[in-house]
Parts: sequence; C-alpha cells; structure tokens
Amino acid sequence: MAEVLVVVESSGGTVKKVTLEMLTLARSLGEPAAVVLGAPGTAAAIADKLGEYGATKVYAAESDDIANHLVAPKATALAQLVKSVSPAAVLIGSTQEGKEIAGRLAVKLDNGVLYDAVELAADGTATQVVFAGSTIVKSKVTKGLPLVTVRPNSLTPSPAAATPSVEQVEVALSDADKLAVVTQRVAEAKGARPELTEASIVVSGGRGVGSAENFKVVEELADLLGAAVGASRAATDSGFYPHAFQVGQTGKTVSPQLYVALGISGAIQHRAGMQTSKTIVAVNKDTEAPIFELADFGVVGDLFQVVPQAAEEIRKRR
Amino acid sequence: MKIVVLVKQVPDSGAERNLRADDNTVDRASANNVINEMDEYAIEEALRLQEAHGGEVTILTMGPERATESIRKALSMGPDGAVHVLDDALAGTDALGTSKVLAAAISGLAPDLVIAGAESTDARGQVLAHMLAERLGYAALTGARKLTVDGSQLTVERQTEEGYEVVTAATPAIVSVWDTINEPRYPSFKGIMAAKKKPVTTQSLADLKVPADEVGWAGAATTVLSHSKRPPRSAGQKVADSGEGGVALVEFLSSEKFV
Repeated sequence: MAEVLVVVESSGGTVKKVTLEMLTLARSLGEPAAVVLGAPGTAAAIADKLGEYGATKVYAAESDDIANHLVAPKATALAQLVKSVSPAAVLIGSTQEGKEIAGRLAVKLDNGVLYDAVELAADGTATQVVFAGSTIVKSKVTKGLPLVTVRPNSLTPSPAAATPSVEQVEVALSDADKLAVVTQRVAEAKGARPELTEASIVVSGGRGVGSAENFKVVEELADLLGAAVGASRAATDSGFYPHAFQVGQTGKTVSPQLYVALGISGAIQHRAGMQTSKTIVAVNKDTEAPIFELADFGVVGDLFQVVPQAAEEIRKRR
Repeated sequence: MKIVVLVKQVPDSGAERNLRADDNTVDRASANNVINEMDEYAIEEALRLQEAHGGEVTILTMGPERATESIRKALSMGPDGAVHVLDDALAGTDALGTSKVLAAAISGLAPDLVIAGAESTDARGQVLAHMLAERLGYAALTGARKLTVDGSQLTVERQTEEGYEVVTAATPAIVSVWDTINEPRYPSFKGIMAAKKKPVTTQSLADLKVPADEVGWAGAATTVLSHSKRPPRSAGQKVADSGEGGVALVEFLSSEKFV
C-alpha cells in the first residue's frame, strides 16, 4: 500500500489535534507516514504520539534552517520527500502555514492543490464547504497526486497503535529558501484554554458583551465548559477582545461540537466562521437577532443575567 | 519604492453567493461584485508606505471585463495606475494557474514590494502569496498585522495561532496582510474623479507570454465535480428569559451531554 504523507503540526512537544485527525483520515487512503518539519529533536519527542494514531513511519526533516525560516524550507523538504517516496496523497492541516506550504509545494511539483477539505474519499474526491457554509463542493486534483489541506475538526481522531520507525531526511536548502527569517516567536496569553480552531466547545462574545472587562462573563462560562473563547468582529473591532480570537469571515473558521454565542447578533460575517458547528446555542436580548435562526437552543434575555445563572447551575450539578 | 498591490474582485460576502449550475464557477453575473475586503487593507498599507517613502503604487488585477469597476474603485483610494490582465482564455483558471499569470505580470512590473490581502473572501485559500514567491524567487512575509520598512529591509509581525512571529527579509518581497494591519481610507470625491483619468493598462496572455493552454480550463490542475446547497440550519427552540433562562440553557446542554 502506498504511503500517505501527513504533515505534522506540533508546538512545544504537543501534536496538534488536526494532525491526529489527518492520520486517522490517512489510514483510509493508504499507509500513514508522518512528516515532521522543524528544529532538531522535534520528531523524537512526538513519534510515540504519532504512532498511537497509526503512523507507521515518521520522516524527520530537521534543522535550524527549517525552523527559523518562513514556510519555504518546509515546502522544499516536502517536495524532496514526495519525489523520493511517490506517496498516494499528501495531507496538510488547513491552517495558515499549512495552506502556505501546500501552495509552494503545488508550484514546485506543478501539482493541483485543494484546500479546506472536510472529507477526502479513497478516489481522491475532496469535499469542501464554501461561501460561509452555504455550499458543498466536490472536487479533485486532476494534475499530480491529491495534495489536500484538511480543515481542523472535520473528523474525530481515533487511535490505532503502530510503532513507527523514525527516518531522518537530509534536505538540501537553497538560498531562496532562506529569504524570510523568523527572528522571534511571541506567544500571546490564552491561558490554559484549548486552541480556537481545535476546541470541541467554543464560547464567543459579541457586541452585546459591551466591554473588555465584561468578557470575564464569557471566559467564566468557557472555563466551566473547558472551551475556547472566541469573539465576533464587532467585539474585536471595539477592542473588547484580541483580534486573534475573532471568529468569522475575516477571522477563524471553527467547527466545534458546541458553539455558544453570547451577545452576538449573527451577521453573515460571523456566521461564515461558525455555521458548520454541530450544535449552536445563543443568548441575545434581541428576539429578532439572526443568530436565533441557526441556534438549536436560544435564550432571549440579558446575557449578564442568563450566563452567570448558567455558570452557577453548572457548578451546582457537579 | 515601487509597490504592486494585488486586487481581486469577488462576490460580496455580505450577500448570498452561488456557483453556476453549468460549470461550477463563481456566479458573478447575479452577484454584487466588490473588491475583496482584505485587499483594501493591502492598498491602504501601500499608500501609507508611499506617503512615507515615495515611489509609486500600481494595482494588479486578473479578472473579466467587469473587474474594471473594482480597479477604478481601488484607484479612487489613491494608487497611481493599474494593470488589468484580461483574456477570455483565463476562464476556469485555478489557483496554480492564477499564480502563473500574476507572476508573469509582476515580473514585467519589477516592483520592490508586492502587497496582497491574506486571503480572498470567496476562495479563502491563503495559497497565492507563497505560490508567487516560489515562482518569482521573492521573499514571502505573509499574514502580517504590522509592516515596517527600513530601506530595503522589511519586518512584519505575522499573526499565528499562538500569538505572532517577527519575520524579516529584504526586497523584492511579497507581503500579505490581515485586516488588523490598518484602517483603510474612504475614497475622497477628488480621488474618485482622479481615478477616472488614471492609466489602466490591459494585458493579454500573449502580452505576458503565458501559453493559453497552461491556464483556464485547459490548464487547470484541479476540477470541481459538483456542488450543492447545504441545507440551511433550522431554528430550534427559543425561550424568553423570565428568570430561569440560565437554568434552561444548562438543561439543554445537559440533554445534549455537554454538561
């Protein structure tokens, strides 16, 4: 069975959930082989985890040059690997960097690229959800191998133990790969909360939250539910919450099991980023708010009454 | 500093958007076609650099005849001129082909800096900047929320999941920007009048020396097999809070096993 290359995303020794999802998907397409692109030692720290989800092999292309230059060296390493192993498909997480790697790889290999797939069939047909979740598209790469970026939270990762062999890959980088130098990486506080695009539950606040100070109400409910915190564009533009947490057309697209919209009217800009959530609940004081059109459960009321009461009730039930 | 700004005309993301039944392409005829929102931030950033460092700003658009409206709109913000890549053979071009055409057009303009929106609101691919960088041998500084220029040295703050990265490179380079980078200006009346007289050069595939069979339907490396409307979500239960709204909410979450 041909190998399916899965490009690994990890941070500080933790494998991102989208990678485990892709390994799960890869098992239905061929032999999952994980590709680690990063600083020396990255693969050794995560190989066991990758094996738990079925990686039979881990290719490690590791150097400081790969870690400290933006995107280009990773695409070069991957292109080299594709040429040497002729995989059945290449899966990359549909994150900013994932899509960028895919774009470069497409040019290097003169290969079609599909992004934001939520499903990928064994015949290479990808399913994409476009136009703010309103339209489903089936598409295929017609030139080259299936090079597909997979949207986080599109499937449930399931373990399937394998014991991967780790194979170091030597990569010849050119000067063109080293044009953009990463001089600093700065983490901005999100505390212990899960990452927005990976979280099973997202609790978001909008204009109705009213101030940065009041976002504590949103965060309190989020923490009780083990959720990530999101915000509508109205809230981030008003400075209530950092832009990095914006959910919507110009922000993150999330697809959690549960999406809780607090004080969010549900403008199309926002719906574009959360419409494919499995279950949606909303609290808004305006009974006409469009968010109620998609909410499985809605409370018309003052969020500063409803949410603290809900938080109290959750505590009581524990 | 010579700056090229990439502008894409897209269907308005605030209204219903459709794919055509016959060829699965974006239905532009029935849509309100506007400048891709993120591109307005790219234009604004270019104009600010021009104000600070001099030079010229050129809009580059690939698209059908009607994209002219968006080009004039872009010019009304202040850029000096535009290049419109227009050719019937471009219909059906995918991302890979688009990058081939735009790379050829950029080569001809030989800018110091290319600025683009981080993604378009219709395709949301985020692939184009790096495709262009790969083809042109330019540095790519993408996903910027801040750009500083010091001579030929560029520094951006790139938004990431965790926070941001500081990334530097020398020109020539391509920078893609998010809407966190600035606040785009509104065109002034004077700007709108001036835009009508600004030079817009039309270039065909032959002008760019890109073979027609490498783009369009003939050259596409991907194909859309089919599309369908996703069934709209139906509204569920809605209760008015009369003092027990929070409890009712938890009751629902509990019934769905979230609590």
